[in-house]
Amino acid sequence: MYDVIIIGGGVVGASALREAVSYGMKALLLEADDDVATGTSRANSGIIHAGYDAKPNSLKAKFNVRGNALCYELAGELGIDAKRIGSLVVSTKEGLKGLEDLEKRGKENGVDVKIIRREEILRIEKNVADDIEYALYAKDGGIISPYKFTIALADNAVINGGEVILESKVVKIDNNGGKFTVYTENGKSYETKIVVNSAGGHANDINAMLGDEIYDTEFRRGDYFVLDTKEAKNISTVLFPLPDERGKGVLVAPTVDGNVIYGPTSIKVESIEDTGVTGEGLDIIRASVTKSYKCPNYRNVIRVYAGVRSIVGGDFVIKWSDKVDNYFILAGICSPGLTSAPAIGEYVAKEIADRLGKKEKKKLIPNKRAKHFASMSVDELNELVKEDPRWCKIVCRCEKVSEKEIVEAINSPVKATSVDAVKRRARAGMGRCGGGFCAPDVMEIIARELDIPLTAVKKGGKNSNIAVSYVKEDGIDV
Amino acid sequence: MYNYDVIVIGGGSAGMSAALEARKNGAEKVAILERDSRLGGILNQCIHNGFGLHYFKEELTGPEYANKFVKLVDESDIDVYLDTLVTSMTKDKKIVAVNPVDGVMNMTAKAVVLAMGCRERTAGAIAMPGSRPAGIYTAGMAQRLANIDGYLVGKKVVILGSGDIGLIMARRMTFEGAKVLAVLELMPYSSGLKRNIVQCLEDYNIPLYYSHTVTRAKGKNRLEGIYYAPVDENRRPILEQEKYIECDTLLLSVGLIPANDMALALGVETDPVTGSMAVDERRETSIEGIFASGNVLHVHDLVDNVSEESAIAGKYAGEYSKGVRENGRPYSVKASSGVRYALPQKVYSGEGKVKIFFRVGNIYKNAKLVVKSGENVIFTKKYMILSPGEMEYVLLDKSSLSGDVSIALEV
Repeated sequence: MYDVIIIGGGVVGASALREAVSYGMKALLLEADDDVATGTSRANSGIIHAGYDAKPNSLKAKFNVRGNALCYELAGELGIDAKRIGSLVVSTKEGLKGLEDLEKRGKENGVDVKIIRREEILRIEKNVADDIEYALYAKDGGIISPYKFTIALADNAVINGGEVILESKVVKIDNNGGKFTVYTENGKSYETKIVVNSAGGHANDINAMLGDEIYDTEFRRGDYFVLDTKEAKNISTVLFPLPDERGKGVLVAPTVDGNVIYGPTSIKVESIEDTGVTGEGLDIIRASVTKSYKCPNYRNVIRVYAGVRSIVGGDFVIKWSDKVDNYFILAGICSPGLTSAPAIGEYVAKEIADRLGKKEKKKLIPNKRAKHFASMSVDELNELVKEDPRWCKIVCRCEKVSEKEIVEAINSPVKATSVDAVKRRARAGMGRCGGGFCAPDVMEIIARELDIPLTAVKKGGKNSNIAVSYVKEDGIDV
Repeated sequence: MYNYDVIVIGGGSAGMSAALEARKNGAEKVAILERDSRLGGILNQCIHNGFGLHYFKEELTGPEYANKFVKLVDESDIDVYLDTLVTSMTKDKKIVAVNPVDGVMNMTAKAVVLAMGCRERTAGAIAMPGSRPAGIYTAGMAQRLANIDGYLVGKKVVILGSGDIGLIMARRMTFEGAKVLAVLELMPYSSGLKRNIVQCLEDYNIPLYYSHTVTRAKGKNRLEGIYYAPVDENRRPILEQEKYIECDTLLLSVGLIPANDMALALGVETDPVTGSMAVDERRETSIEGIFASGNVLHVHDLVDNVSEESAIAGKYAGEYSKGVRENGRPYSVKASSGVRYALPQKVYSGEGKVKIFFRVGNIYKNAKLVVKSGENVIFTKKYMILSPGEMEYVLLDKSSLSGDVSIALEV
């Protein structure tokens, strides 16, 4: 019997799991896909928002501000990067009023913000568009890798005694008053005292299983361009336009891994699964970027992607169910959900701990920071290569990822079993060749480490096998 | 410990040819740094024939062609470092490279030949709309899995782009029992060789749609199909005419990009059209003693030309390492009016002949090529047809050079 089962391995679920573990709970996270961070947490802007956007006294404001501090604090313990590079909301002369409104809101939320003029803007970011006169500067804005953050939270939960079970789509939940039985698609079942719904875009599905309220949910897709690391020299902060009713607008930002992103759009779609980029979306980005940034360079685009966020009313839903005892609902965690996630996890776990009468919070063992060939010194490499030559066998030439890093990623606490899962952890295939050169090598390493045939190796997700058969199986005579 | 006269980066067709010529022309200590576990580069996965007709006057497969050079390298005293990646290089030719056997190597060279080849443009780089499932690969990756590893990536295939690898893979997949439903080409012409269109598509009744592109991919985890449409004169898809094909695989053959990132980071002069290094007739870049040849410089149609060009780079790298250097008067070479680019970008006056490669920017029929040096017309030739898919060359008498060279078409 678990104390708590968390449904959904996004950043919020992973954070809740880790916090639950810190209270000594027997906690399990069930994820439908073959890795954590495969939904909204995989594909967003990766921004640590300062907290000036949200309406004062909203849940968004509360969790954003607390989450902002926690993101930077946790990064070290989790062995990942969070970079406090500041953010600028830029405007022309005409936008000053809008900036002042934001500044006021920010101050009410307790965020360190100030309006600065062009001269000072240029000292922070030299490549703002020529007609930019004012900006709202938030020094606590920053960047983080949303999927590495999620993975690191889940890994950390696991090394501290939590459980993550992948490929376990929840299909039914029995509520036997004081005890839930959670059934998964693969025929397994798990018993628990408390259920947390952190199923993101699928939150309504879980609510439906328990006869709870179905939220009126809007899905919005955000398209993005990803640029080669060559572009990183051109942008040093997070650059937002003035927000409007659709969202925070198209931003330009470096990523913690050295790329640059332009995006997102905010296009209404039918479902959380509609993550296909559209030409229309990309055109919107092209038209918007130039308003804040003067040197977009589409020649250095290496990838496009899109993520879908779910919106329930104007605020997050973070609450105990009104209808079902011991059922906690997290829904509508759109922006600034990533930033808020550690604070939401903290809050949820505290609520559950109170209910279970668990008071003491233990200090968690930190993650070991993964070593990367690309950031190691020559001396360090020369030492490591003596222990294991695979440290100097480079598999991904674009991102300089060694075989050893790939093996370690595969065998991490939440195992990476697909090419994409390895890519998210070790960056093999994240570069300009898009994995064209290294994907077959990564596939071979996965097959070897997991002792499966190459034809069983997946890109990521059900039926995503890359090699579908041997040659000469049904070839023709020529 | 790792001090060489000439270091060649890349052990494919370009690198091997350059290293052998460098050794023949004065360089005593020559090294090849190769990323893969064997020499030969991309030729190893090109198991089809059609290689070597010009260079060896016989028809060979890719591995056979490569092995002719591998044998010569094996017989020589050239040091070959396999599984070796260059992590950095400086203008004064200090190279850091790593491999699992030697660890981190600090190397020096008197001359360097860059022969890193090229990479394929991806679906991401062309910002292809739609989902990003399994089933969308570059043609070269599918080729590697089929020909080196022995696996097929799908059974119902659409190919975007009519570059040579895409054409070759259309035939290859057909041989293995896959159904190739269509090849879509954005441009009104193919960038592939005419012989490949005939032998790989027409012979197997595979339709090739010019001026068409993929408008979006469908399928969450696995490709289910693609939408495609004709494009207008600005190459924008006409969405009203969008159609759907069910398929499990989309292979991309939408262009090759010189893998020159390390060289460009040195601040070497580039040609805006090729996007790669500008070189003189010796294939020397703007950084003295750093030479480049093969697909890292500009993408070739035929490996035979790569070998020939790399022999030039290797010869002069060898001579440079021994201090031999004879310069005539330099003249720039500029492409204009229908000629997209010409290479080398600089030639010297003197004796003998110099070969200038060029590519046109469109299909031209009954066109006249005019080469001028200063104000003087030094060469003309009439062509029945010129196509962007076929690299052409002119052979100029160096003694006829009296000013900067321009290569242009008169239609």
